[in-house]
Amino acid sequence: MKTLLINPIRSVSISLIITCLLLGVILAGCAPAATQPAPADNTSSQITATPIIPGKARFKIATTTSLYDTGLWNYLEPMFEKKANVEMDIVYAGTGIALEYGRRGDVDAIVVHDPAAEAKFIDEGYGINKRSFAFNHFLIAGPVADPAGIKDLTPEQAFKKIYEAGIADPAKAKFISRGDNSGTHSKEKLIWKAAGLNYEDVQKSGPWYVEAGKGMGPCLLMASEEGAYILCDISTFLAFKGKVDLSPLVEKGDLFLNVYDVIEINPEKITTAKMLPTAKAFTNWLISDEVQDLIGNYGVAEYGRPLFTPLKGGGCTESGCPKVEDYTVPVE
Amino acid sequence: MQEIWQALVQAVNLIVSLDPEVIQISLRSLYISGCSILIAALFCIPLGGLIHFHDFSGKRVVINIIQTFYSLPTVVVGLMVFLFISRSGPLGGLELMFTPTAVVIGQVILIIPVLTGMTISALSGVDRAIRDTALSSGASNAQAMWAILFEARFAVVGALILGFGRAISEVGAALMLGGNIRGYTRILTTAISLETQRGDLVLALALGIILISIAMVVSITMNILLQRY
Repeated sequence: MKTLLINPIRSVSISLIITCLLLGVILAGCAPAATQPAPADNTSSQITATPIIPGKARFKIATTTSLYDTGLWNYLEPMFEKKANVEMDIVYAGTGIALEYGRRGDVDAIVVHDPAAEAKFIDEGYGINKRSFAFNHFLIAGPVADPAGIKDLTPEQAFKKIYEAGIADPAKAKFISRGDNSGTHSKEKLIWKAAGLNYEDVQKSGPWYVEAGKGMGPCLLMASEEGAYILCDISTFLAFKGKVDLSPLVEKGDLFLNVYDVIEINPEKITTAKMLPTAKAFTNWLISDEVQDLIGNYGVAEYGRPLFTPLKGGGCTESGCPKVEDYTVPVE
Repeated sequence: MQEIWQALVQAVNLIVSLDPEVIQISLRSLYISGCSILIAALFCIPLGGLIHFHDFSGKRVVINIIQTFYSLPTVVVGLMVFLFISRSGPLGGLELMFTPTAVVIGQVILIIPVLTGMTISALSGVDRAIRDTALSSGASNAQAMWAILFEARFAVVGALILGFGRAISEVGAALMLGGNIRGYTRILTTAISLETQRGDLVLALALGIILISIAMVVSITMNILLQRY
């Protein structure tokens, strides 16, 4: 029976080697077929408005979830693809991971809303030609009953009240934090600081403070379920109106300003970034009068008010608004 | 509860009305996971055979390791592959990040342990007498091996269906490596994740129902083929 044991080994080994060769062939067959239209995909991509056309350059951007979830990119993407004759790949991620994609050279431009993290990204040499193209505001939402009594306070005062109420009785007042290093999370930390509280102390202060580690939408749903307070951008909040049982409690405050910026990846630092001309065209397109108007009108039909305010025309007058040249001077 | 009913209705609507985007996403899902299971099968079934037929010291350990990796979290696979194929990673030059190929790579790695381990289990389940009978009746070693594999076909196909199920239902690696790009790397699971995030829970659930329907069709087809041969 010894021969029996050895020969199957040999035949299996040979078939393994053949498999490895086949693997190469199949990968070559599957992979480009998947990169370009797959035979199976062909028919369907013909029906859709955006067929996958092989050979077109792919321009990749990483964008913050709030811009993506509201459908703004779905709306703008086909227009830029047509104008620049590229295939635009939009990856949505929290600001933290979006910046990481940029640092690793996986995208050609990033669209984020975290001024401090952006400044660091640019200082490190990864990003260039930052331009601001839209803004809106954050708000604090919570249960209609408002157990912590924060209605119409300033953001700092409201956070302080939620903190006190949460520590006093976690069953009464809870706060849902994104907890994911997103732009919204950064803003939340900034407000805790303005409220005179150390963020690490807040994190550890008890079960009332919930770090969800999820996107804005899931966090809103969670806050609604738990009857908790939450910091949210107005666009996502409007998009979820009717789906969540939360009411906007604090809507005014200098700290609530939320500016969206586009940053190009610096090819001198990231040598694999080859799409700088397209990234520049994209930036200039976003701050052009035409697209600024489109952004200003986006969502009006569905939500009765714009989700994002374009910077064009100097509508942003609060402290913390970007400088005029940041949204008027095209990049070269 | 009402949402579940709505989702069922919407799922049926999407299927019946042949919604182009949903069809495209479903076909892409099927295609990517099909590629993954094919590649994994060509690699894992011979590998499982090699391990099963080969007696070597540490065989038990190898099998234990393979079985441990059944629990490989999809996000970890996504992260590991990401570090390799990201443009600043060792395979960055291939520019695989955010492509369907990247998703296939992630899924193949994810199902390799399951498929290899289940192949070994399948072969181990075959009565040793079959091999002896085949050989004593004059079959060559290759024919004997074929007889064993044939005998184990139900379990092997079961392993393939399980592997396919793991591939088509995983979301962590697909989201990380494919980026859920509309019209390019969006598959059913990543679309479900996105619609949940957007708050369209009914659509998300409807897509989930479509995914299950696809899995059902695949599994039934496989079993019908199996009955025939």
